[in-house]
Amino acid sequence: MEPIPSESPNRIDRRAAIKWMGAVVAAAAVSDQLLGAPKEPGAKAIPGAGKLIGTDPVLNKTYTPGELWPLTLTPAQRIAAVALIDLILPPDNPSSDKLASQLGVQDFVDEWISAPYENCAADKPIITSGLDWIDAEAGRRFQKKFTELDESQKCKIADDICGKTPVKKEFKGQQNFFSRFRSLAAGGYYTTPQGMKDVGYVGNVPSVDFAGPTPEALKHLGLA
Amino acid sequence: MAIISEKDLQPIYDVIVVGSGAGGGQSAYTLTMNGVKVLMLEAGRNYDPVTETPMFQIPSQMPLRGMSTREKPFGFTDATVDGGWEVPNEPYTQASADPKTHFKWWRPRMLGGRTNHWGRISLRNGPYDFKPYSRDGLGFDWPISYEDVAPYYDKVEMLVGVYGSNEGLENTPDSPNGTLLPPPKARAGELFVKKHVAKHGLPVIPIHRAVLSTRQDHVNFPARLHPNNPKAQKIIAKAMQERAACFWATDCGRGCAIKANYQSTTVHLPPALATGNLDILCNAHAREVTVGADGKATGIIYIDKVTGQERAVKARAVVLAASSGETARIMLNSKSNRFPNGIANGSGLVGKYIMDTVGGRLGGSVPAFENLPVHNEEGAGTHVYIPWWLYKDASKLGFARGYHIEFGTGRRMPGMGTGGASPGYGKSYKEEVRLKYGTGMGFSGRGEMIPNKDSFCELDPTTKDKWGIPVLRFNWKWSDHELKQAVHMEQTFHMIFEAIGGKPGKMSKNKEDAIEAPGSIIHEVGGGIMGADKAKSVTNQWNQCWDVPNLLLNDGSAFCSNADKNPTLTIMALAWRASDHLVEEMRKGNL
Repeated sequence: MEPIPSESPNRIDRRAAIKWMGAVVAAAAVSDQLLGAPKEPGAKAIPGAGKLIGTDPVLNKTYTPGELWPLTLTPAQRIAAVALIDLILPPDNPSSDKLASQLGVQDFVDEWISAPYENCAADKPIITSGLDWIDAEAGRRFQKKFTELDESQKCKIADDICGKTPVKKEFKGQQNFFSRFRSLAAGGYYTTPQGMKDVGYVGNVPSVDFAGPTPEALKHLGLA
Repeated sequence: MAIISEKDLQPIYDVIVVGSGAGGGQSAYTLTMNGVKVLMLEAGRNYDPVTETPMFQIPSQMPLRGMSTREKPFGFTDATVDGGWEVPNEPYTQASADPKTHFKWWRPRMLGGRTNHWGRISLRNGPYDFKPYSRDGLGFDWPISYEDVAPYYDKVEMLVGVYGSNEGLENTPDSPNGTLLPPPKARAGELFVKKHVAKHGLPVIPIHRAVLSTRQDHVNFPARLHPNNPKAQKIIAKAMQERAACFWATDCGRGCAIKANYQSTTVHLPPALATGNLDILCNAHAREVTVGADGKATGIIYIDKVTGQERAVKARAVVLAASSGETARIMLNSKSNRFPNGIANGSGLVGKYIMDTVGGRLGGSVPAFENLPVHNEEGAGTHVYIPWWLYKDASKLGFARGYHIEFGTGRRMPGMGTGGASPGYGKSYKEEVRLKYGTGMGFSGRGEMIPNKDSFCELDPTTKDKWGIPVLRFNWKWSDHELKQAVHMEQTFHMIFEAIGGKPGKMSKNKEDAIEAPGSIIHEVGGGIMGADKAKSVTNQWNQCWDVPNLLLNDGSAFCSNADKNPTLTIMALAWRASDHLVEEMRKGNL
């Protein structure tokens, strides 16, 4: 079970989100806030594995990865993670946008896999062995670390495991890694201010009135 | 009087109110506005939404991007602290090992209780909802009718601030003119559904929610709320002016620092405290109601959770509003020679006929929403809903009663689900994410459960909590009415997806899968049902226990049916009505 972390946690459901995200609804990044109360009780802590979020954390402050529990990626894994994150999520406007890694997405991935919760711990071996593999694969094919490859070399490896085209049998294990890594990287990125702008989210800004749909939006839906 | 510590307790109060949520908050408000000296006991800590609410935090500022944990089940920034389906040191048990009979018990341990995070959906029960037995021979009639409660619905709507509209639909009551606040405009996706389901006869209308779409009428409402009570009018006029209107951003479930939505902590308790008639003691976990030689309630024994010490406080009357499960637990634990089976349990019905709401759901995506021109779609949760529309078809459905539909759509704050399922990587991946963002849609049914003998709670004979207090043990069984209703919900949602050209998720394999687990919807009511016959109910129509008239159950306990309408508004209306009656009885010297 992979809990989908909160969007705006107003009556969120996670299991339902998973139920349909994997299935027919593939590709739709459906916010799980759109359904009713949570069906699942939430991620389960691993006793004794470290400091937890707790039942009564200070809510109105900014947390940084590593603040609650130590980060555990090795330096080499972290470097590979940075390269992969920037490959998956390249800036649309290189002149003005930051790289995803400059937004600390790898810190979030590290926070996630290092966290004392069952679902996070289940991701840890997938992510760390995958990052080890991608460096080893870069070595096998190009005698370099993944981060040292040029764009087309990185793509050669990524194309084999990303699942956009049928994945060869020998790469099936890495396909799962890539999929999980991409979910974490995308979740990490699209929840930053730049990522929100990137995807076209314009909420979380106070306004006097709720303007409702624009004439263009109504027209788009045949409602005008 | 104020939020106090134990040393400041008065020797005796007029009324002790146990619990600080919708029922406790409303009771304390009504009583103190009428000059009654009240002590409120809250099992959790003090909580101040004005200073504690994480209003504009985005997931990248939260641990694990706000992931749901057992400690914070609705996600990191949910208003609930020290609460959830699991509370450390406070277990509850299930009578059977069969998961289908398990009840998930949500308990917040904080000032304001569930009102801090609830969905704010504020629907009135209609005339049918008070007389369900008369209509189909199932469950129980209430000893009151819609007309008895309507004036209190009016008052609660004015007090807490509810947006919505009057549509004149069957069993979906209108409010008097000028009572409701204007509803926000419907979102693009909401209008899209409305257009395409009309041919199936489904009405999409503004929902009622306890959110200030505009500021309250602090000039006219006070006199309508408290006629002939100038002090109360002055206090509530001031309190209304301290609340801001919604600014159409941030998630209501986090609570509201500007007091634009209803939480007991921002709406009921500040004016109640301003009367000077209310003391609030937090971290005080009520254990039992004490009884005098005359059989009347004399006060409460509670555990001071900070020191672990047991303490007693006295009052002339006791209001239990601890949530229906906790209220039943306190009553069953209040054993004496006079009440060997728990206080006011002569009927044997304390803890019996507990209900939740029937929940069903289906999510999916809607290709028509791809490339929707960007605009803000946040602000104040859901704006519309579909009330039950098949009253005329009751005999053909194969199940009794009905449900309403809540649905979610729009370009909401991105989270960990954003982007996850799109294929590939790089620029094409990001384009795909942008294309799919905002195309998700979810439908949730909220339906009526009929009370049954197999759904009840009792004291566990062996398990105790950290303080040695016996805990609740749950028993649960859905009837075929609820199971078939959940299947009907899913089929309806599927039909809606077809109507809007959407792609629905997978349907459930069987009816047991279609219904959400008992307790999931957190609409726990019953356990101290009201009735006209003292042998068949726990309270009378004034929420007064038949056996102990100075003991009132002002939370959801007294519900003898659980209409599809979310219970909070009705809890508040009945608590106001019961508290008015209590004041009257005290004035007359009847208690």
